[in-house]
Amino acid sequence: MMRFATLIKNPADWMKGAGPHSDVVMTSRVRLARNLRGYPFPGFSQERQRIELLERARPVVEDLPEMRDGYSEDYTDLSKIRKQVLVERHLVSREHAARSTGCAVVVDRKQSISIMINEEDHFRIQGIRPGLNLASAYEVVDRVDTELESLLPYAFDAKLGYLTACPTNLGTGMRASVMLHLPALVLTEQINPVIKAVGKIGLAVRGLYGEGTEALGNLFQISNQHTLGEAEPEIIAQIEKVIEGVVRSETTARAKLKEDHQTMLRDQVGRAFAILRYAHILTSKEALNLLSMLRLGADLDLVGNCDRSLIDMLLLEIQPAHLQLNAARELSPEERDSMRAEITRARLQSIDGPGSFPPSNSTPGGTPSAPNDE
Amino acid sequence: MKCDVCENEATVFLTQIINGQMTTVNLCETCSKAKGVTEETGFGLAEAFLSPSHRTEAETMEVVCDACGFTASQLKKIGRMGCPECYAAFRDGLDGLLRNMHKGTRHVGKRPSHLSPVTPQMLPRQRPSVVQQPPPPAPATSPSPAPPPADIAKLRAELDLAVREERYEDAARLKSEIESLQPKASSK
Repeated sequence: MMRFATLIKNPADWMKGAGPHSDVVMTSRVRLARNLRGYPFPGFSQERQRIELLERARPVVEDLPEMRDGYSEDYTDLSKIRKQVLVERHLVSREHAARSTGCAVVVDRKQSISIMINEEDHFRIQGIRPGLNLASAYEVVDRVDTELESLLPYAFDAKLGYLTACPTNLGTGMRASVMLHLPALVLTEQINPVIKAVGKIGLAVRGLYGEGTEALGNLFQISNQHTLGEAEPEIIAQIEKVIEGVVRSETTARAKLKEDHQTMLRDQVGRAFAILRYAHILTSKEALNLLSMLRLGADLDLVGNCDRSLIDMLLLEIQPAHLQLNAARELSPEERDSMRAEITRARLQSIDGPGSFPPSNSTPGGTPSAPNDE
Repeated sequence: MKCDVCENEATVFLTQIINGQMTTVNLCETCSKAKGVTEETGFGLAEAFLSPSHRTEAETMEVVCDACGFTASQLKKIGRMGCPECYAAFRDGLDGLLRNMHKGTRHVGKRPSHLSPVTPQMLPRQRPSVVQQPPPPAPATSPSPAPPPADIAKLRAELDLAVREERYEDAARLKSEIESLQPKASSK
């Protein structure tokens, strides 16, 4: 099995690869909630029952074709910081990371599948893909689920479907969610009507780390709320359709910003770059919000030599647990802010500042000339 | 009510059922924080600080899940089930709850390809992908292996439920299925 250090050293598949609409859609995730017959749900079981289930299920999960040679860890062997790193990478949920004895996580080599054991349900099987690609994420978890179901006795009811601890997950047990970067809708103050419209169709909108979190860095998560009464492909097709609409709105808003508010846009991107490039103290919130502007600038070709994946990697690296893992010790918030600034300054060295670009209408088409060579 | 740990007024009340035994813990705010009781989703709460001296009482009045001892009032309070069997134990009123939460009250998605003995009433035919469509004419074929009586009982329960929920198409289908399963049964 893979070691923690090896797992974390490499960027996940979804961080490197660009997917459909990846200028707006960061990731697509699908998770299935599954439980075994004959055991109480983790929230109402005794410790020995959770351990018994874990000892029975973990070898089976580790041996699935997709998970072989992956990473597998019992939570009792995992430090708080390491657990939090897994949360920041979206490999485990915050709720799961808060638990300990009787819990484990198994992640495949590419970090695109993770299986949490004894979360709110006995299993949470999650697939993650870059860009808007829920169908492909579902395909992966569906395959893993089918393998697992042939090896372990699932709790399934003909009428109610997969039985879950919370009735809100009953039926398919499926939550499909998409992480969106919507800076232009926020800047043009169109975000609230969009959120409202999405909510009306029965989808939930949340911040960066799921339930009850703030929408930092203009990042929004949209997911289905209904799990019973519709088949998985229908649910996924509906969300993808809605997301395509949101992507269109964001793209239109970006084009409009570039057309009508060129100066304001360049000012925002320029300020973001300047602070990120030269600051010595950066809070998490400030960094996320500024990186959001820089990403927008990169997407609109206002910043030269700036690869989107560089920003997306940086977004991860500057999270509290990643910083502490990097420093190999616990850091106070103040220490984190200064280390965050240090890493950000270093990573942005290779980027040409937005100021070095000529105003909009002077370069017809083509890439702007590099001013560094003068 | 006094806190079980100190003498302050209790404001946090925890109830947990372990093997059908209900244990109750009353704590004041300070002690609940000290014990790390901050969220309802945390598990093993009572385990964490229950000594045998704490009183246990048997619940007799309300619906309890036979499999895990979870009670209807816990379900109401927490909104979660204790174990998979709870869905059968607390079936009354479940449909109303599900109707508010979901698009429907019947699962139409993926099904395990091989089925466990706990759910032998699994229908042999494929479910139509469009929910609204009326089901095709009731299947005339009967499954080859002779079903144990338990199957028929399960189907009857499903039929009852279908009638109660006014799903008459389902009821008709279930009825003919039951009939096809008991060819030599004499009329009642």
